[in-house]
Amino acid sequence: MAVTKKSKPSTYFSLGADIHDTKAPAGPIDKKWQARQLQAKLVNPANRRKLTVIIVGTGLAGAAAGATLGEAGYNVHSFCYQDSPRRAHSIAAQGGINAAKNYRNDNDSVHRLFYDTVKGGDYRARETNVYRLAEISAGIIDQCVAQGVPFAREYGGLLDTRSFGGVQVQRTFYARGQTGQQLLIGAYQALERQVAAGTVTMHSRHDMMEVIVHNGKARGIVTRDLISGKIEAWYADAVVLASGGYGNVFFLSTNAMGSNVTAAWRAHRKGAYMANPCYTQIHPTCIPVQGDHQSKLTLMSESLRNDGRIWVPKDPADAEKDPRQIPEEDRDYYLERIYPSFGNLVPRDIASRQAKYMCDDGRGVGPLISEVTQEGVSQQRRRGVYLDFADAIARLGKAAVEKLYGNLFDMYAQITGEDPYATPMRIYPAVHYVMGGLWVDYDLMSSIPGLYVAGEANFSDHGANRLGASALMQGLGDGYFVLPNTINDYLADGPFEKIDDATPAAVEALEAAKARVDRLLAVDGTRTVDSFHREVGAIMWEYCGMERTEEGLQIAIEKIRALREEFWTNVKVPGTGVDFNQALERAGRVIDFIDLAELMCIDALNRRESCGGHFRRESQTEDGEALRHDDEFAYVAAWEYAGDGEAPILHMEPLNYEAIELKQRSYK
Amino acid sequence: MKITLKVWRQANKDAKGSMKTYRLDDVSEDMSFLEMLDMLNEDLTTKGGEPVAFDSDCREGICGMCGVVIKGSAHGRYESPIATTTCQLHMRYFADGAVIEVEPWRAGAFPVVKDLVVDRSAFDRIIQAGGFISANTGSAPEAHSTPAPKHLADRAFDNACCIGCGACVAACPNGSGMLFTAAKITHLANLPQGQPERHSRVKAMVAAHDGVGFGGCQNVGECAAVCPKKVPLESIAQLNRDLFASLFKSV
Amino acid sequence: MSVQQKAVRSTVVKKAIMALTGLVLVGFLLMHMFGNLKVFAGPAEYNHYALWLKQDLLYPILPHGWFIWLFRIFLILCVVLHLYCALRLTQASLRGRGTPYVRRKRKEQTFSVRWLRWFGLLLIALISFHILMFTTGTFTPGFEYQFEDPYSMYVGAFQVWWVFAAYGVFMLLVCFHLRHGFWSAFTTLGANVGPSSRLTLNLLAYFFAALLFVGFLLPATAVFLGWVI
Repeated sequence: MAVTKKSKPSTYFSLGADIHDTKAPAGPIDKKWQARQLQAKLVNPANRRKLTVIIVGTGLAGAAAGATLGEAGYNVHSFCYQDSPRRAHSIAAQGGINAAKNYRNDNDSVHRLFYDTVKGGDYRARETNVYRLAEISAGIIDQCVAQGVPFAREYGGLLDTRSFGGVQVQRTFYARGQTGQQLLIGAYQALERQVAAGTVTMHSRHDMMEVIVHNGKARGIVTRDLISGKIEAWYADAVVLASGGYGNVFFLSTNAMGSNVTAAWRAHRKGAYMANPCYTQIHPTCIPVQGDHQSKLTLMSESLRNDGRIWVPKDPADAEKDPRQIPEEDRDYYLERIYPSFGNLVPRDIASRQAKYMCDDGRGVGPLISEVTQEGVSQQRRRGVYLDFADAIARLGKAAVEKLYGNLFDMYAQITGEDPYATPMRIYPAVHYVMGGLWVDYDLMSSIPGLYVAGEANFSDHGANRLGASALMQGLGDGYFVLPNTINDYLADGPFEKIDDATPAAVEALEAAKARVDRLLAVDGTRTVDSFHREVGAIMWEYCGMERTEEGLQIAIEKIRALREEFWTNVKVPGTGVDFNQALERAGRVIDFIDLAELMCIDALNRRESCGGHFRRESQTEDGEALRHDDEFAYVAAWEYAGDGEAPILHMEPLNYEAIELKQRSYK
Repeated sequence: MKITLKVWRQANKDAKGSMKTYRLDDVSEDMSFLEMLDMLNEDLTTKGGEPVAFDSDCREGICGMCGVVIKGSAHGRYESPIATTTCQLHMRYFADGAVIEVEPWRAGAFPVVKDLVVDRSAFDRIIQAGGFISANTGSAPEAHSTPAPKHLADRAFDNACCIGCGACVAACPNGSGMLFTAAKITHLANLPQGQPERHSRVKAMVAAHDGVGFGGCQNVGECAAVCPKKVPLESIAQLNRDLFASLFKSV
Repeated sequence: MSVQQKAVRSTVVKKAIMALTGLVLVGFLLMHMFGNLKVFAGPAEYNHYALWLKQDLLYPILPHGWFIWLFRIFLILCVVLHLYCALRLTQASLRGRGTPYVRRKRKEQTFSVRWLRWFGLLLIALISFHILMFTTGTFTPGFEYQFEDPYSMYVGAFQVWWVFAAYGVFMLLVCFHLRHGFWSAFTTLGANVGPSSRLTLNLLAYFFAALLFVGFLLPATAVFLGWVI
């Protein structure tokens, strides 16, 4: 569908030319990937070792790409901020990975996985990319099994699958509640195998600080060695960012403490477009906030929704009652009531928003939390709903429930000090994943030639909302199968001209990195880095969280700008730049989050529709469901950086649906 | 609650370290141990001191990045009723007024980077030696072409769940990394896909284990007792069996 | 060095050598204990057994008196290998453990493994002492060295209170050393296949340690208390 009514520029941004993906070949959707692979230029195996590829990040996408490009014979340099590539936050994914294997004989197919993913993404994903993802999904499972990933199995020795939030087929492969860990360890082992083989050089405890763009091409990066503080340039023929998502902009999220936007944001400042930054996934089944000391939120796999029932007391007065004493008739199983056909398995955005409404309504449970609404009203609300396993325990027995969810229950017990076998768990939505990210084409190349973006760091496959168990699929799909089959098309023109520390682009990047460290240390104010992070997080959660309004977003932008001002005049970064300095690491990340936060709000402000994870109060149906405006907003908003203090430039990529008909989502 | 902390401070790898005492008066029992350390650091920073360096990342007990010795046990295991990582240990397990010693993992193969941060790259080197199945991307057969008996797949999983945190090494009186090595050996040895390299793998990994400076195993059992993922001690016996068998194979 | 060579020289193989030699020594102790119990059968039986062991065993396959020397050489080899591996493993442990903890709490580490190495060293000293007394006759408190009458040496020695006391301590060390050593040997050799075998091996280790302690101390005590003269 063509975009009929264009967004108008405002004081917040200016409008640039439309952009388009030029790489996906014409033809039927199920032939495109094959055609692209056939078209792509190849690199002779003997020439590959002369080509260097830098990969930033060692999660599923980065480790898989590193291993695969290493196997192919390229000279790979891999970077991560953790002490080992095995610790990337992909490891925390619990639930599973989708694949169109149809092992359950339940009408699954590549097309159905494709359809479910596009629909789940509320028709804001690029069709061609999603179809390819569904196509390669089965190969991912094969690859992982061959690597020794211990997926759950049936007694006959074959792989077990289960259904997962938002879909009606059982296509999700899993490894207890630790699927991400097992997949990542598989990719990590493959990567370490290449380290041993000499094709991959691993640089752990390195932060990426700049991209080096020479003659319009990404030719390297500048890093800071987190132990010695050494700032160094690395050169390559292509750079891959697989640096994950930026959910930590909300401070409290299920992301790792170190997850950050810096690599992507630095690339954005060098010319890479940031697409749909406001698309944030708020995951419904997280452990609620317990107090203001909290440093992060913990997610519990949404597989819990397969057997757990979500409810709140009908009467707010029952909030403090022992939930076991509340009789059935006084409970509101609100998801089952509102969405009878999907019940507790509605997509994440819907489950999250309904939980918010229940709590807004005063029917939440758990401790009272003081908060200020978007309208500036101070109030106290309980932020939690019950996730009850009493029925499942009665039906399946405690042992069976323990087998399925034991590690999640243990985790809950350890964090809250409550026994989930005895009393219902309390859950509340939390920021979990960002669908937005750097804009890429069908080849996963960003708007900077030679700069590729894979995994959560790119925007491509999940539209406005990600379906459960598809992040792992996308990360591994990008890393194992997409990137290694597209990057050659670019590298075939290499090796590119040699550059070194004297090349102006490198000098500029090195100096910028050094100046940034010096500037952060020089402020020497009175507020800690974390206090800024908490503040920007609180602004984002309130104004750019589960529900957004025009007015609220404008307030948020003002607050963020003021916070940035204060950061650069009052932040306190102790220590020096020439040794291990964790406050300095965080300071660099937090200021990038503050800059990103502004862009997220601008993007959210521009998108005057409700879609997926982005819910605008002004755009809802009569019964309060999200209302999309396909005539106005069926496009990817790709933002170009225009300079500090300058309004960003919006480029629109119209979304054309040929294989799927655009429909208003309904899970009722 | 009020807490007295005695924290190991060491400026860098080569500096001499010592225990420094800090007091916190407003610790909530809902805090995780690391949130309590965050609080200490906020306090130190505001007062112009240098914050304590410590590692953590996912803070949900799965990435293996965090890990300190608390009151003499790795991850404070002996303060917690169930197996735990440092990030999942909560302050409710400590008494008001408690004195808590916090030290880094201490092992020859894990040199201190700063304060409570150590270098665990020795683990990566063990994996590099052979902790993998050589299956190039794209070369995999259909997943169902090789069924794996469930009981073996489960045993593989019980070992694959190792998070590489290094608590086993920290707790071992010999600074041995045998439980870590054995977990990977046992994981891969119990899967059909792991068989072709089974003999070469165990030899290479054991050689690497000794080579990077870990001590030998004395079957003490401290490692398995503190393991946050309950990797069983029996895995070391599996490693031993596999190694003896492999010595007679020319791979 | 090739991977094979490194694997052969690895700590795991050294542990296996310790396990095998340790088990040989446990076997020897059981045999030795059996011999000592013959004290209750009287001088003639005891001496006959001792002399048969030293002169006639395996005769006529071997000439008179050869077996005992072959056996001693074998035992010394076991002790030397056990000791050599222990030293090398201790070296690896010292390197492996790094800076000591300011505070440490250990729940699984038993008394016997905590002191395993030190007891092992003490045992070397005490075994040497034992040999100097009864084998070479260099040191003979309470008795005269008589090759033909070991019974009189045994009885004479254990009537001396401090010999008896030292012997008690010696056997205590042996049993603690063996308590961990026995379980550890089987585990090292791969017998620890699950929680139940772990329990069984540990119970067996306690059993053998107790058996040896009682078996060695019973005749010595009988002598000391004057029940056997």
